Amino acid sequence: MPSAWTLLSWGPEGWLDDIAYGVLVTVSLALATLPVGLAIGFLIALAKQSKEPSLRLAGNVYTTIFRGLPELLTLFLVFFGGQIGLQRLFQIFDPNATVDVNAFVSGMIALGVVFSSYASEVFLSAFRAIPKGQYEGGYAVGLTNWQTMRLVVLPQLVRIALPGLANLWLILLKDTALVSAVGLSDILRQTSIAARVTKHAFLFFGFATLVYLVLAIVSSFGISAVERAVGGRDERR
Amino acid sequence: MSAADTIDDEPPPPSAAGWTRQKIFGHALVGLWGLAGAGLVWFLATSWNTQLFEKYGPGYLSGLGVTLSLVAVSMVIGAILSVPIAYGRMSRNPVLSWLAYAYVYFFRGTPLLAQTFLVYYGLGEFRPQLQELGLWWFFREAWYCAIFAFSLNTAAYQAEMLRGAIESVPRGQWEGAASLGLHRLQIMRKIILPQAAIVALRPYGNELILMVKGSAIVSIITVYDLMGITRFTYSRTFDFQSYLWAAIIYLMIVETLRHAIEWIERRLTRHLKR
Repeated sequence: MPSAWTLLSWGPEGWLDDIAYGVLVTVSLALATLPVGLAIGFLIALAKQSKEPSLRLAGNVYTTIFRGLPELLTLFLVFFGGQIGLQRLFQIFDPNATVDVNAFVSGMIALGVVFSSYASEVFLSAFRAIPKGQYEGGYAVGLTNWQTMRLVVLPQLVRIALPGLANLWLILLKDTALVSAVGLSDILRQTSIAARVTKHAFLFFGFATLVYLVLAIVSSFGISAVERAVGGRDERR
Repeated sequence: MSAADTIDDEPPPPSAAGWTRQKIFGHALVGLWGLAGAGLVWFLATSWNTQLFEKYGPGYLSGLGVTLSLVAVSMVIGAILSVPIAYGRMSRNPVLSWLAYAYVYFFRGTPLLAQTFLVYYGLGEFRPQLQELGLWWFFREAWYCAIFAFSLNTAAYQAEMLRGAIESVPRGQWEGAASLGLHRLQIMRKIILPQAAIVALRPYGNELILMVKGSAIVSIITVYDLMGITRFTYSRTFDFQSYLWAAIIYLMIVETLRHAIEWIERRLTRHLKR
């Protein structure tokens, strides 16, 4: 009976190297999703605060759908739906084509749309917190629409939205665990394999939760560094 | 010459009307959503199969029941558990408050799926000990394990909501009530909780919706909730509509809950509106 230390060691005897690979997959999935989710979320927020009713409607439909669906179901819809859809598309050209959808990419898309629908709400409330005078001041000194947005509104927006976005990042980090269900070798899947092979389920799943906790703690250090960099909300000005 | 004479009588120029870029773009996006919706209806209509519906339809209904009862039971147990945890968080005793903080941090900082695995697969490692204690019948069943993990998880979130809501009530309310000679429990029940309820309603509603969505993961530990039935149906038929029906049902539940919560909030805050 190998001891817990052997099981959690690096190398052929232990599983630490496999779990480390899982950490790499989890972190890179979350990091790859973040910019996509932020960009889409920002655009959706722009649509939802626009004067044009049709844009607002389109944005609201997006958030209603992707905030209402369970994350796991969204993932399966993207994974299996993408597979079937692409297969049909390719079979127009080649009747024997088979398509395998990449689990990483489907995870990125699914988590990205969920993240962006929540992020759009955060951005929207941040937009509402910026007084109209800021835009008017920008126009008054002769800035264009785009310049006002970039130089006047965005720096304030980031500061206001940051706590909400930081929260969403922590949620995203936890949601990556779902991709283990479509076969991506993230932390949870690697520890599941280890648990099944060694029959030490409590040890490995307990270790997995600790790894997630460490990731959350590291993130909160990162977040406070970003907060300092952009001049956090409570900083006296 | 008065000031009025200098002002032209001409009406202001018409606003930049017609099809602006934004309007075209917005209509195109709405059109895309419309197309997607029509495509969904068309897909479901053309792939309609009465045999399949008769075979798997009742399963969906029972799955819906499982999902709703899982959420209801865990929310209630979580609400009960959250009271001592919130008390611990607010207590001046450092040991108590640290313990409560560690509990909340653990359950909020790790994925619900990992917690569920830890309970369902992890506790299986201690089968002999659990059998000795006479608890094995509980941890053997995926259903009980799911309720166990979900209750502990939501208790952590609910404790923070409860704490936030109670702390949002100004201290003066406590002092005023105390000066009237009310007992601490009476103050809590008659003065603090009614005011905290208004603050807590929205977070509790959000937590309920998150639980409905989060409950889908129990399908991974072989509970046949709505998601579990959906995966079962898909594995048998390879018919993509099984997922689409699940999506429609989940969306309907969540939207119903969201509107119900908004209605309740409007009712509760009637007296604050002028």
